[in-house]
Amino acid sequence: MKVLVPVKRVVDYNVKVRVKSDGTGVELANVKMSMNPFDEIAVEEALRLKEAGKATEVVVVSIGPAQASETIRTGLAMGADRGILVKAEGNVEPLAVAKILKAVADAEKPGLIILGKQAIDDDSNQTGQMLAALLGWSQATFASKLEVEGSDFKVTREVDGGLQTVQLKGPAIVTTDLRLNEPRYASLPNIMKAKKKPIDDKNASDYGVDLTPHLEVLKTAEPPGRKGGVKVKDVAELVSKLKTEAGVL
Amino acid sequence: MTTLLIAEHDNASIKDATNKTLTAAAALGADVHVLVAGENAKAAADAASKLAGVKKVLLADNAAYAHDLAEPLAALIVSLAPSYDAFVAPATSRFKNVMPRVAALLDVMQVSEIIKVVSPDTFERPIYAGNAIQTVKSKDAKKVITVRTSTFAAAGDGGSAPVENAAAVADPGLSSFVGEEVAKSDRPELTSAKIIVSGGRAMQSRENFAKYIEPLADKLGAGVGASRAAVDAGYAPNDWQVGQTGKVVAPELYVAIGISGAIQHLAGMKDSKVIVAINKDEDAPIFQVADYGLVADLYQAVPELTEALGKLGK
Repeated sequence: MKVLVPVKRVVDYNVKVRVKSDGTGVELANVKMSMNPFDEIAVEEALRLKEAGKATEVVVVSIGPAQASETIRTGLAMGADRGILVKAEGNVEPLAVAKILKAVADAEKPGLIILGKQAIDDDSNQTGQMLAALLGWSQATFASKLEVEGSDFKVTREVDGGLQTVQLKGPAIVTTDLRLNEPRYASLPNIMKAKKKPIDDKNASDYGVDLTPHLEVLKTAEPPGRKGGVKVKDVAELVSKLKTEAGVL
Repeated sequence: MTTLLIAEHDNASIKDATNKTLTAAAALGADVHVLVAGENAKAAADAASKLAGVKKVLLADNAAYAHDLAEPLAALIVSLAPSYDAFVAPATSRFKNVMPRVAALLDVMQVSEIIKVVSPDTFERPIYAGNAIQTVKSKDAKKVITVRTSTFAAAGDGGSAPVENAAAVADPGLSSFVGEEVAKSDRPELTSAKIIVSGGRAMQSRENFAKYIEPLADKLGAGVGASRAAVDAGYAPNDWQVGQTGKVVAPELYVAIGISGAIQHLAGMKDSKVIVAINKDEDAPIFQVADYGLVADLYQAVPELTEALGKLGK
């Protein structure tokens, strides 16, 4: 079984983003970029399936600017076998990403596609579900446990009230939640080895997908600020303030 | 022009998230119908019919909708699409799962987790864990929208809409329900609690959550939350997580105990009305958003606080 793992290049999770003063977006110049953390979890899960003999090949695919090849290299350094870069400039919406990934899946015929549940830049949480819809496949989002059963899958999902377990008919889409695994760091020898692994270069136009955004971004603004309040000296003062000043007790 | 609100419910009743989403749905300016999909969900449909301003309730009562499986529920919503211009649902785990599937089947871009309806096609939504607010205009003829319920007031009762049955749609049969572990608790749910007490990594163990956080929460009639670090470490179950990728809450009072205040945690609670932080590190970023900060060892301060509240008659 081949496993396909789409990965996104995003602003590193440690960076506190700044909104541009003209309201056209957030400052991306000279900002550290990394693989979306949920996608790292997806790559890790695919690698564990391969190491357990359940998967034969792990292919990472990224849609974005030429620099997204660095994100693919990160996946290859973790242990993925090969990469596919689909070049696309500007803001590519989840729906367009899902359409490109459908075309990639049609060509690659994976038994399983693992994606991060959401990207930490646009926080949309859509691509996996959309891809499942377009392929007509089963889906399990927010996975905290994944078991392969022949060509089918048993997935435990993190839901509002606790955990839910579902059985999926393969081929299937799984999106990762935080507790699925802890991604490995790439070792230096593996980083060197990754440089020789193949990355297939494509363009969004190869797949005939229209990238015109459906959502027009009118402006991007700073959220309303919240000022820090006061420090209280002890529990008695805290209770007194909550009761008389804040009125919440 | 009609809007279809897909209800969050437990078959017996309508969840608070539905009341809040109704406020957002009504702001689109069109008539609102409510879809209740479940199994033996007549009581929930009746409750939905009493919501103020709802014109009609559709009840899809079928075993296929018993367990929130995305494939049959998406197929049902898409079957109703010709009659509606907008599909609105709360951004709960059920609808985060289902609605993008609906959007792709309709070939439209979902607008995720809106916090404000600017006009019927323009919305505000947070990006980068709430560190920026984007205003987006949807060019799609049909809108698919999920609503961050913490920013909308709950609509009340006052309606008497008719309840009609919606025809079930063939289950695509792609997935099936195996089981669930749902925590039973008498405490209020995080997303509707008026007060929340949350613990962080400094709690050190699940036992300490039970010994320090839970008694304080019970004294206040509060819901219990946790930081990602505490959940990752196994001190608290996943459904307690407050943050960018967990639950987003905005209670009257949020008490953060032993929580440093990572960006992704703040994203989930910074809209709370009053924030209290108890942390022994006076430089912890949580103090930058807290209305009242207490620099203290939580293992002393929390039992003291619980006791002081007891003396207040809590």
